[in-house]
Amino acid sequence: MSNTPLVIAGVSFTSRLFLGTGKFSSGEAMARSLEASGTEMVTVALGRIRTDGESDDILGHLDRRRYRLLPNTSGTRNAREAVLAAQLAREALETNWLKLEIHPDPKYLMPDPVETLEATALLAARGFVVLAYVHADPVLCKRLEEAGAAAVMPLGSPIGSGLGLESRAFLQIIIAQSRVPVVVDAGLGAPSHAAAALEMGADAVLVNTAIAAAEDPVGMAAAFRLGVEAGRAAREAGLAAGRESARADATSPLTAFLGEEAR
Amino acid sequence: MSEPRQTLSVFVNDRPRALGQPATLLGLMAEMGLSGTKGVAAAVNGEVVPRDAWDARGLAERDRVLVIRATQGG
Repeated sequence: MSNTPLVIAGVSFTSRLFLGTGKFSSGEAMARSLEASGTEMVTVALGRIRTDGESDDILGHLDRRRYRLLPNTSGTRNAREAVLAAQLAREALETNWLKLEIHPDPKYLMPDPVETLEATALLAARGFVVLAYVHADPVLCKRLEEAGAAAVMPLGSPIGSGLGLESRAFLQIIIAQSRVPVVVDAGLGAPSHAAAALEMGADAVLVNTAIAAAEDPVGMAAAFRLGVEAGRAAREAGLAAGRESARADATSPLTAFLGEEAR
Repeated sequence: MSEPRQTLSVFVNDRPRALGQPATLLGLMAEMGLSGTKGVAAAVNGEVVPRDAWDARGLAERDRVLVIRATQGG
């Protein structure tokens, strides 16, 4: 099985499965799930220290020789807050890598494209490796690439929904156009969704809820690992059937439509 | 070390907190049990203060201190 490494900002990853660390029942369950997934990069959030002294010790459960940390800017509502969060993350975790996510409305956690584009430019200029979490918007993803994003992270479907690749048609355009890695983030509910994303040509996926909230998170982490490996192997082997070309036809009118807009 | 003679009040993560004077960010972090903790960062009035500058960063009345650490998230 071929296994071309994924490269983001000059760093190679053998595993194309990134994991979020939210919603696990314990640090121990998280650590065992990460191990079973084979992941090499995990996201962490930033939280205010509670002044009563109570706080979880996530770093105690993360072997940093094994996992690159990708701090996120969850909880920020605009570019200004995201830049502060990024600087705090860099100071706290000694990494300039960042999952940039800006969502003004905590109900659906929908990323704000305007603020995200502005923050990407500001942070890239300050030396951050920005992986930008956005809607599956092909135009926005190109703009982010031009603004200096190291990767784009379009969502497959609403975060936590488990609906899979609802944004499939748009993801295909993004993948076809992008010169930076495309990491499908959010909404993947099953290993088959992850496999489909990789078959389609996504460079990696990020999974959290589907693993953390599974009945057996460790078993599900192992299943996602297989799904991602199968999807990537299929992509590299070249799918024979009309599956892909049928989808390529379906996306042509969308591309033409965008072309007309530009004129 | 001189005895604190008067207090000043600052906000730590939006909660009021009284500190003895003279107050530094390092002193506050030590009081919170965080001066040697990894994975922690602090900002004063919206500006990040690197760990090696905590000692030199004096705190004044009504300063707003933000203290964060890594936590679970996706």
